Amino acid sequence: MKDNYLTHSKGFLSWALTLDHKRIGLMYLVATLGSFFVAGMLALVVRTELWAPDPTIISADRYNQAFTLHGAIMVFLFIIPAVPGALGNFVLPIMLGAKDVAFPRLNLLSFYLWMLGGAIAVLSILSGGVDTGWTFYTPYSTEPERLGVVMMATGVFILGFSSIFTGLNFVVTIHKLRPPGMTWFRLPLFLWATYATALIQVMATPVIGITLLLLILERTMMIGIFNPKLGGDPVLFQHFFWFYSHPAVYIMILPPLGIISELIAAFCRRELFGYKFIAFSSVAIAAFGFLVWGHHMFTSGQSTLMSMMFSALTFSVSIPTAVKIFNWLATMYKGSISFETPMLYALTFLFTFSIGGLTGIFLGALSTDIHLHDTYFVVAHFHYVMMGGGVIGLLGGLHYWWPKMTGKMYDEGPAKLACALVFIGFNTTFFVQFVMGSQGMPRRYYNYDPSFQIYHQVSTVGSYILAAAFFLMLFYLLKSLATGRQAPDNPWGASTLEWQCSSPPPHDNFSTTPTVGDPYDFSGMTYDPQIGGWRPKGAPAAQGAA
Amino acid sequence: MGDQHAHGAGDGHGHDPNQAHHFDTMDQQIEACKMGMWLFLATEVLLFAGLFCAYTVYRGNHPEVFHHASLFLDTKLGALNTVILLLSSFTAAWAVRAAQLRQIAKLKLLLVLTLAGAVGFLVVKYVEYSAKFEHGLLWGLRYDPHDDGHHPAPKPAGAPGLVLAGATTQEYAVATPWDDLTAVQDKSLVKPAGNEVAVQAVDGRVVPEEGAPPRKPWVGSAEQVRNVHIFFGIYFVMTGLHGLHVLIGMGAIGWVLLRAAKGDFDGGYYLPVDLVALYWHLVDLIWIYLFPLLYLIG
Ligand SMILES: [Cu+2]
Repeated sequence: MKDNYLTHSKGFLSWALTLDHKRIGLMYLVATLGSFFVAGMLALVVRTELWAPDPTIISADRYNQAFTLHGAIMVFLFIIPAVPGALGNFVLPIMLGAKDVAFPRLNLLSFYLWMLGGAIAVLSILSGGVDTGWTFYTPYSTEPERLGVVMMATGVFILGFSSIFTGLNFVVTIHKLRPPGMTWFRLPLFLWATYATALIQVMATPVIGITLLLLILERTMMIGIFNPKLGGDPVLFQHFFWFYSHPAVYIMILPPLGIISELIAAFCRRELFGYKFIAFSSVAIAAFGFLVWGHHMFTSGQSTLMSMMFSALTFSVSIPTAVKIFNWLATMYKGSISFETPMLYALTFLFTFSIGGLTGIFLGALSTDIHLHDTYFVVAHFHYVMMGGGVIGLLGGLHYWWPKMTGKMYDEGPAKLACALVFIGFNTTFFVQFVMGSQGMPRRYYNYDPSFQIYHQVSTVGSYILAAAFFLMLFYLLKSLATGRQAPDNPWGASTLEWQCSSPPPHDNFSTTPTVGDPYDFSGMTYDPQIGGWRPKGAPAAQGAA
Repeated sequence: MGDQHAHGAGDGHGHDPNQAHHFDTMDQQIEACKMGMWLFLATEVLLFAGLFCAYTVYRGNHPEVFHHASLFLDTKLGALNTVILLLSSFTAAWAVRAAQLRQIAKLKLLLVLTLAGAVGFLVVKYVEYSAKFEHGLLWGLRYDPHDDGHHPAPKPAGAPGLVLAGATTQEYAVATPWDDLTAVQDKSLVKPAGNEVAVQAVDGRVVPEEGAPPRKPWVGSAEQVRNVHIFFGIYFVMTGLHGLHVLIGMGAIGWVLLRAAKGDFDGGYYLPVDLVALYWHLVDLIWIYLFPLLYLIG
């Protein structure tokens, strides 16, 4: 086999000290999926506890800690870093035609900061646990008995720096490392999305950094800035927290939106409809994202005028989002779509993410939000966005780039089955939560009125189906590593640059700087059954050149 | 960030040893590093922006607290530190110029001077902090203003006789009897608060007029202003975080000084000096905002 980035050097240190963006991306992938596993297990504990109103398997305190840890790990250790850290790191430089990111050492530092921050955050469970919910609202989090808050906040503070450095790296890479011919409007849309994400990472994360630092100082030194007992203002914490955490929703969702653009172009095998509109809509979503944080505080004593402005701005986010959805639909319209696993995830995404986006309108409207605030309707809404959008998009990207990253093909049969199970399990788990939320079931409650039990039980069953789907996925992906068919350079007939280098890519990505044309020009390719993939027309029927 | 050694051994292009293998040209590398530094500085500004925002909110909500508390900061020491940082920023900029012109001896001298400025700043800050600790002018629950036994109880520095906005005249009667007014140039500043209480300066000391109602010492009156500790909370967080940046800056300056001594910049490559100077200017800039916002209220 040809020399590739996996075989280029050997030994533990060649991985631990690597500056290769592909290896760092792979390490991020393993680490973030590990976090997903842990947080997913906690979700199962929470769902199982809610099977019946009374204590089922754990105490109320443990329950509070479980959903807090579930939320914090999912958000800070999995969804935020997963797509930029794992897929972004692996794909971005190759897609761009560069040898690496602009600052490879900073990239490795980001990864180790992730490890350190993650370890501290998870170990907070040893120092008493955190039961504040992932939002750490004051004055709840400033109460002396909440011992784990300091460790958790320290961990998330460090994770923030990891995210900032990744974003900074990507912005500079896209600005300065584009090869000749790679103009801004030849950037594949995943890169536009990653670019917009990186801007948010750089511009929003410092604010959560200072907020958490103040929270830590509040807890350790009692500086009295957020603690009302000392004259501080707890609502100010909410403002600071959401000034980051709303844009952070777009850190979680923009890269998957970019993945979906790639998937739809590749599996419809045609130029994306409205390329520039999709590109600019990513930047528009990033920009709008900074102006809507107050929609989390409609019931926190914010002035009515402010709430009205935040509500109107929140609605305006739906415009660039709809621009994307309609352009994708227009691309698929009358296209010859091939339904391979990544495309199935793209279609799932369109369904679930649309529900997530549309239910956001109920919550962005002032009058209905008063009723729905802090109910399961909110829980369902953000799971439809973060899981139905973020995670489904990530899974699409993972299946799409898996052959490139590992050099192995997974079996389509079990992969399609897993995708179907994810679809069924996901909707079963969360759709009923809209119903019980609108009927008044509050979020984060350990106990509930027996009339809600049937909804909780349906939801819990759904979560078990989801778990089964993920175990199936784990199984066939690991199996592909052992016995999978050698992946061709371009198994999907996709047109962006990463499919021009071999699978897995060589250490330096490109031996010669690649020539860059239209990112979505599919005309020059033909399917070659001998290699089970696509190759340029007229090229010899063998593995393409690196 | 600025220090990308060529780790792609064997790429055989024979280019500048300071160029990392994934850049095509040295110019591309320099541009990328500068852009990275500017973005990093933007994140630093945003980090402090949160604090400036908290400052604005609390000053808007409690103007009397900020007026009152800021009087206990030593404006002279603050101004001295402003001058020190401005000078060190100047020597840092000059150091970049020297590096550009390959004047290595001059570069080293200027970096040492910049470092000296940083040390000077921290020494002054130490003096200020110790005074605050001695008198219990601290944050949150630790706010406990008192006479430390050696010195008279601290008084609002730099503004004897100033009547606090919104204060009732009795409790905020101007200068207390032990206020030394010899240093006050403009005696007309020393005014009785309102018409009921009058003071007069005798031999540079304030003496209450006969028949004037008894005045409380400042500590007593300070207690009338609630939540003064919030100001000190913000003061210590802002100046503390800034001080931490000064420390990091010292590390960075020391690092380029070492590299200069090793001869790394003899060949005309001076990007690290440039980047560190940029960082140092930011540290300076933040202080330029902190000084008036914390010390010069009123
Ligand atoms: Cu939001």
